[in-house]
Amino acid sequence: MKGGSARAGFGVLLLAWAVAGAGCGAGDGDRREVLVAAASSLSGAFAELADEFERTRPGVKVTLNLAGSGLLREQILAGAPADVFAPADPAAMEAVAGAGRLSAPARVFARNRMTVAVPAGNLAGIAGLPDLARPELLIGLCDASVPCGEYAEEVLRAAGVTAAADTREPNARALLTKISAGELDAGIVYATDAAADRGAEAVTIPDRFNRTASYPIAALKGASHPQAAADFTDFVHSDAGRRILADRGFIVPVS
Amino acid sequence: MRRRPAARRLRARPPAAVLILAGAGLALFAVPLLGLLFRAPWRDVPSLLFTGAAGDALRLSMIGSAAAAGISLVLGIPLAWVLARMDFPGRSVVRGLALLPLVLPPVVGGAALLFALGRGGWLGEPLFRATGLVLPYSMWGVVIAGSFVAMPLMVITVEGALANLDPRFERAAASLGAGRWTVLRRVTLPMIAPAITAGLVLTWARALGEFGATITFAGSLPGRTRTLPLAVYTALESDRGAAVALSLLMAAVSLAVLILLRDRWWRAR
Repeated sequence: MKGGSARAGFGVLLLAWAVAGAGCGAGDGDRREVLVAAASSLSGAFAELADEFERTRPGVKVTLNLAGSGLLREQILAGAPADVFAPADPAAMEAVAGAGRLSAPARVFARNRMTVAVPAGNLAGIAGLPDLARPELLIGLCDASVPCGEYAEEVLRAAGVTAAADTREPNARALLTKISAGELDAGIVYATDAAADRGAEAVTIPDRFNRTASYPIAALKGASHPQAAADFTDFVHSDAGRRILADRGFIVPVS
Repeated sequence: MRRRPAARRLRARPPAAVLILAGAGLALFAVPLLGLLFRAPWRDVPSLLFTGAAGDALRLSMIGSAAAAGISLVLGIPLAWVLARMDFPGRSVVRGLALLPLVLPPVVGGAALLFALGRGGWLGEPLFRATGLVLPYSMWGVVIAGSFVAMPLMVITVEGALANLDPRFERAAASLGAGRWTVLRRVTLPMIAPAITAGLVLTWARALGEFGATITFAGSLPGRTRTLPLAVYTALESDRGAAVALSLLMAAVSLAVLILLRDRWWRAR
């Protein structure tokens, strides 16, 4: 999966994009394609948003590239084609903005909260953050180098809990997979991810300790169909878009 | 021990095409290394490497890869012997199983290990119930993952040597009254010693570089399971300079050992 193969996966992605882009340019002239690079925690919501957007705009095709925000940031900074960027982390957006790649200022369209995730059934009897300090349990966190790990650190610090971590996973999905497989007793993940995973249960983190993740979105310069790209970001902010996000457990700002 | 009398290194000049292709082959290995060297933040390399985290990762990698090479020695040679010397139905299936990790993506191997030997795995759960031992998230996990991906190299190397061994020496020893165990210990193993050494070096190097199975099965905790490759991957997300420095450390350690071992043991044969 990772290391060498993450690079390889990156290469394959670039290639897939190049092919998709070529198909768009050379193919039927009416078909407008929007390439959306979005954080993996947006997977479910953006698939639905894309379907809905395509349904209401005949001739427009939305292609999603879902990956970790850091990887997407590196792809875009390396010049990979992308029309819209939606990372899980404002810092990733700032890096792309700093490189002069945004065609319009970024706006936050959704927020997420952190939650303690446990395997379905909660056999270890996790009641809250203090249980993460129990040394006899298998506890996982995201590594501090990725946003979900950074947020987890802040949550634990706020609660005054020193987690007895047994592993620092490279991303939130890898962590949640081990939790729902029962190979970890608990970990801190995004609330929306935990809610979407049938093998996992969420144990709520009190608001006073919790940390909010913000998802900004912006259209990028050099889009092959700038209007369609701008329309998509508008659609994400629209009532219909906000409803889809809210249904998935995201917190949507009042318009 | 028999040696081929023919000179290994011909003095004659090879055809130009061979030289060109060999150069291209070498470039495939050398070009990425140069990439690391050019990218290295040389001024910061000492401070990046003398942090506790890099030292921990190096220590874990050294212990884990040595243990995996040791396990491959103890279990891999008998397996190679069975494959080379015994005729039994399903031998090709056994050989396929033993070599599968060579072609399996390591992350798949790691997931398979987790589902089998993890706390909830079909073998891991009874083990946990009986002893309280959890293999993942520990040095056990690192060593098992390393052995899983590396041992096939020992099996394939030693099996090849056994298959090419002239059987007359063993037969002669047996006819002089040596028991099967004595023949194995005094004749067979010494004769395939170069292959065993080669297998050891290969399994060690493969285990040192192991990433996918390790992060999937053993997790990644600094000071406990975060080996050098895992530390490099983690650093790539946040600190490219540290990632390059750690990569250089790994390349230097591996290269040094490979060159040293070759000079000491292989060339002498």
